[in-house]
Amino acid sequence: MLPPFQLEQTISTLVREDWGRILASLVSSFNDWQLAEDVLQDSIEQAVVIWQRDGLPDSPAAWLITTARRKAIDHFRRTARFVELQPELAYLIGLEQSSEDFDIDNVIPDKRLELIFTCCHPSLDRKTQVALTLRTLGGLRTEEIASAYLDKPQTMAQRLARAKNKIAVANIPFEIPEESKLRERLSAVLCVIYLIFNEGYAASTGKHITRADLSDEAIRLARIVAQLLPEQTEVAGLLSLMLLHDSRRFTRQDSNNTMISLEDQNRSAWDKGKISEGVELLKATLVKQQIGAYQLQAAISALHAESASWQETDWPQINALYELLYATQPSAVVRINQAVAVSYADSIEAALTMLLEIENDKLVKEYQPFYAARADLNLRDGRKAAAKKDFKKAIALSDNDSQTAFLVDRLNNF
Amino acid sequence: MQYICLIYSAENSGPKPGTPEFGELLQKYNVFSEEVKSKGMLVAGDALQPVSTATTVTTENGKVEITDGPFAETKETLGGYYLLECKSLDEAIEHAAKIPTAEHGRIEVRPVMVFDN
Repeated sequence: MLPPFQLEQTISTLVREDWGRILASLVSSFNDWQLAEDVLQDSIEQAVVIWQRDGLPDSPAAWLITTARRKAIDHFRRTARFVELQPELAYLIGLEQSSEDFDIDNVIPDKRLELIFTCCHPSLDRKTQVALTLRTLGGLRTEEIASAYLDKPQTMAQRLARAKNKIAVANIPFEIPEESKLRERLSAVLCVIYLIFNEGYAASTGKHITRADLSDEAIRLARIVAQLLPEQTEVAGLLSLMLLHDSRRFTRQDSNNTMISLEDQNRSAWDKGKISEGVELLKATLVKQQIGAYQLQAAISALHAESASWQETDWPQINALYELLYATQPSAVVRINQAVAVSYADSIEAALTMLLEIENDKLVKEYQPFYAARADLNLRDGRKAAAKKDFKKAIALSDNDSQTAFLVDRLNNF
Repeated sequence: MQYICLIYSAENSGPKPGTPEFGELLQKYNVFSEEVKSKGMLVAGDALQPVSTATTVTTENGKVEITDGPFAETKETLGGYYLLECKSLDEAIEHAAKIPTAEHGRIEVRPVMVFDN
């Protein structure tokens, strides 16, 4: 018999791993999200008691889904909808009877793609897409998701309830989009996963969940989607990009919580395993010749990751990649990042010219990174007054303590 | 299931009656109606007279109150609707996007409530 704490740990790990797959399969079986969640939650609570008493079953996941299905069958028998649900019930009972099968693909048909595409349906707003993905695929608790958004749990619970209701009442179909719509719908899924990755909680750590947990969750989700849609190169591109970003996790801030720029990060502390995985994946993906924005960003990140120092970085290559990225995604943000590469590959003058070209862009006027980038260029060029002005503007626009500390530091040190 | 597609646009937007562009718009509407009819999706659809012809009715304590005009003065006003029978929200959205006014206005798509008997 496992001691109570260890059992809870096991269940906890199992739940995080398998929640998405089990839930997706339940939703697919009887198309009722709330019921699926409720029976799964109940089954987990039952597991805590029964596994404590009887020990772990051979296949905990199979035990959970079977229990959940039984509870769903009971629910349907009790409700007035019993007659119209005969086919669904028959299917569920059929599944239940074949539960001797331990082939996981038969016991728990993988419907996670259907689930994530539905969570990221365009008729749901972005924040709802993210929250629903975290809840249903990630198995995160409502309080954890609320904490990530600095929302009250009650508010987040309402958002999730409203979404599930809309899915049911407006009949958002539980399916993988057809070929002609797949690219577009997939791009929303990738956007949501990347948002989860980037949710740097301003306070940095919520009470229940840290930024690191969310980054891990995003990577996990991308792995699942990449495994289920292996021909979609942008999925692999995003996974590669996140692995490479994540390799620098521990070098981004100092002990005072001040941001450390890429230039100054301790490269020996970058996670070589993640870099290696990211680079290998990227190489395998680029040969498929279906380049996209995530792959290009990953390539840029890989060049940094594989460079022993800031000074040795292949700036001309990076500049060329930004140019390609700009062609795919013409945005001021790309130009701002590109300007840094240009300043080393070409000249500071050329970089400042590039920034001048976008200076009056509506989006740039109050965009902190623009001023931070230009401040740095001005400083390197010896234009102290201009640099000071830009640093001050960047500080005024900064909404992140870690970043503000960094900028203030630079301002005070020239 | 049924979805209502409520057609909203700003009163000055879109082609003016009497212009060739307006004729083209009407023609596009005919084409759309034909399409959803032939697919067996058209339950109902009508254009509405402008909001200047609207009357708003409410009751308070049994007393009927009548106001001249729409219930709210909004920039975009309801100009018409289609009631469509669709397999899912996706099908409703796909067809709502083809409603000619979608080009200069907005279409609100909402499922119709079904009451179990």
